[in-house]
Amino acid sequence: MSELAIELKGIDKSFGVVHANRTIDLKVRKGTIHGIVGENGAGKSTLMSILYGFYQADRGDILIDGRKRDIRDPNAAIAAGIGMVHQHFMLVENFTVLENIMLGAEESQFLNAGIAKARAELRRLERDYALEVDPDAVIGELPVGLQQRVEILKALYRGADILILDEPTGVLTPAEADHLFRILEQLKTEGKTVVFITHKLREIMAITDEVSVMRRGKMVATRRTAETSVEELAELMVGRRVLLRVDKKDATPGDTKLSVRDLTVRDSRGVTMVDGVSFDIRAGEIVGIAGVAGNGQSELLETIAGMRRAASGTVTLSGRTIDVCGAADPSELRRRGLAHVPEDRHHAGLVLQFTESENAILGYHGDPKYRSGLLLDTQAIRAEAEAKIAAYDIRPPDPRLKTANFSGGNQQKIVLAREMERDPQVLIIGQPTRGVDVGAIEFIHRRIIEMRDQGKAVLLVSVELDEIRALSDRILVMFAGRIAGERTPAASEGEIGLLMAGVEDGGEAAQ
Amino acid sequence: MDVFQVFIELAQSTIRVSTPLILAALAGLFTERAGVFDIGLEGKMLGAAFAAASVAYILQSATMGLLAGVLVSVLLSLVHGYASITQRGSQIVSGVAINFIVAGSTVILGEAWFRQGGRTPALSADGRFGTLALPFAETLRDVPVLGPLYSGLLSGHSLLTYLAFLMVPASWWVLYRTRFGLRLRAVGENPGAVDTAGISVIWLRYRAVICCGVLCGVAGAYLSLAANGGFTKGMTAGKGYIALAALIFAKWRPANVLFACLLFGFLDAFAIRYQSQAFPLIGKVPVQLMQALPYILTIILLAGFIGKAVPPKAGGIAYVKER
Repeated sequence: MSELAIELKGIDKSFGVVHANRTIDLKVRKGTIHGIVGENGAGKSTLMSILYGFYQADRGDILIDGRKRDIRDPNAAIAAGIGMVHQHFMLVENFTVLENIMLGAEESQFLNAGIAKARAELRRLERDYALEVDPDAVIGELPVGLQQRVEILKALYRGADILILDEPTGVLTPAEADHLFRILEQLKTEGKTVVFITHKLREIMAITDEVSVMRRGKMVATRRTAETSVEELAELMVGRRVLLRVDKKDATPGDTKLSVRDLTVRDSRGVTMVDGVSFDIRAGEIVGIAGVAGNGQSELLETIAGMRRAASGTVTLSGRTIDVCGAADPSELRRRGLAHVPEDRHHAGLVLQFTESENAILGYHGDPKYRSGLLLDTQAIRAEAEAKIAAYDIRPPDPRLKTANFSGGNQQKIVLAREMERDPQVLIIGQPTRGVDVGAIEFIHRRIIEMRDQGKAVLLVSVELDEIRALSDRILVMFAGRIAGERTPAASEGEIGLLMAGVEDGGEAAQ
Repeated sequence: MDVFQVFIELAQSTIRVSTPLILAALAGLFTERAGVFDIGLEGKMLGAAFAAASVAYILQSATMGLLAGVLVSVLLSLVHGYASITQRGSQIVSGVAINFIVAGSTVILGEAWFRQGGRTPALSADGRFGTLALPFAETLRDVPVLGPLYSGLLSGHSLLTYLAFLMVPASWWVLYRTRFGLRLRAVGENPGAVDTAGISVIWLRYRAVICCGVLCGVAGAYLSLAANGGFTKGMTAGKGYIALAALIFAKWRPANVLFACLLFGFLDAFAIRYQSQAFPLIGKVPVQLMQALPYILTIILLAGFIGKAVPPKAGGIAYVKER
């Protein structure tokens, strides 16, 4: 066994009553990619923040390269050769790449002295690790994948031998994620140690050498990746058996509920985002829209939900035409039996500063059953919120709690409960499990299937191809605003992947 | 009167009126680029003006007055810093509180110490910053065009005026060419980036706030020791707010700050000069309208002509580590 880059002994950390880390031991071998998995709130980020000196452990020791280190602040971590790529990038958006990399490592009081040196060092790093990026580009104008590369360069610039990545793929497209993995492999061959935090098990299987699993503040297991399986890891994470495959009967589609014809949508700059899209969804079926993010799925979803105006085309909901080019608005659509779970729950699905019970009726607050005279009937609202909390296992079960204090998965359940319990004819769902734990994913998937079995027409948009294939009865693939093709869930991942990359097949494209 | 002569005089008074605006706006530039909004520029200037005049009168020294003004302004800045950086209070409330405290206490202290209705006694020449004549100003006075420009416009200002104009490139240099400036700008945009780079967000912001205090102190001292010969109550007359407006108008950039302040200064100088004069076509404009003109134009300019002014992203928000 090779020597250890990191050894944590009995790390313990509490925030008030929350016991985030409970006597954690961890060994990471030098020159490996070590995955740390766990559900949201399992304590992964806290542990890594302690390693990076962002927080101090209440108890426990940190050994780097076999030597005990007192990491009181990020400076000490940097000095110990630890670099961190945060989930939310720690970059200054209106600075150039070079300025961001120099920040905190300027060499001298005056910038000019350090700039030439920084450029030379940056060129060396780019060459050694194939991390090309224009040093004079402004961060805010770079795509997310490149911003992340700058974060990695920042760490390497400071001489990091150990690189911690906190949920690095959450913001990346599949292609960008692949690129990141290649970079990490390259770092490994150069002898760097990588700690990779995620809750996506596929990524763990794809690139790590070893994996440690955390659950509720405890380190529950460490495995060699080659000797474990997705099923075992999921079970370790959640603490019970998890069904990763969704069991479902064949669909029994009924009448057409939602019909979209030649829909064209332009964004505020006038760029065509949805280009003459047509499809039908019948009662009792799930139609999934696959595609790389940014190919018009979001705009399509928002237009059908009435949040965005179409340039041309028609949408028919339960036999009645919706004026999508003009007066359609979300509340009218809701009255006509459409329910919408938006892609971005923070932006369009919830008011995070409101309580759970307030969010549970958001958009339906005009309903007479929530009113008593001119005022809201708080008792009725509370009672209904409590019923939904029970039915959807929303935790913590407190309708008075501010929504911002719920985890991502529970926030998503609040939105799902609100929309599904209205008993809609048509349910449109964007990214149902983005930022949601494995355990909650299983629950959400089951609910979506139940909705279908109750005879709802479901439109599902997701960038997770696995999710689309697991849930959908028919799959439409979008590329550059058009429907590149239709497939059944039995189609291979490669076949759908080709359509996602824009290799169109004439025959089965949009009617 | 000769049009050229009028221009020289108007420009001369524009420079005088702009001086405190430039200093105060640069003061605001330092703290706001670091993410601490400061509506208390007005109060700090006023406090500094009072302290400067009082000390200058008692010690018969303009230099000691200036130092006293800077000291009081820095202390008020530290109060603002303690409230908004350390205690994470509302930056607006803290700034407004400083304005009110200073507006009231300068009058009370002035009355208690000098018994002149809140004024300080008129300063002798030793207690004031006189005007400086640039070299050869007298010799060159009669040279056509260049003479009046040099001797009439550039020469004959207070030392503090020259200092104010020098502070513009100096501030640019500090903000864009030094490590301190890079970090200061970063902490106003994303304090998390600064914190994870191993730099103290708190200490950095305090240093920015102290820079603000020093510049505001000079601005206040200019008002009572150079522009006037003593302190009168409320003598800042909204200049701190105009400086804030100029700062927004300038989109938080040093060179633009100079031009914005000169523009606001010009409007003021114009209003003072022409307030009782009849114009062709329009006739005589009421004095009140002329006096309001700078403020009206400020509103119009801020509302329509500057386009999108994006403030520092982390401005107004105290830094808290996650959780």
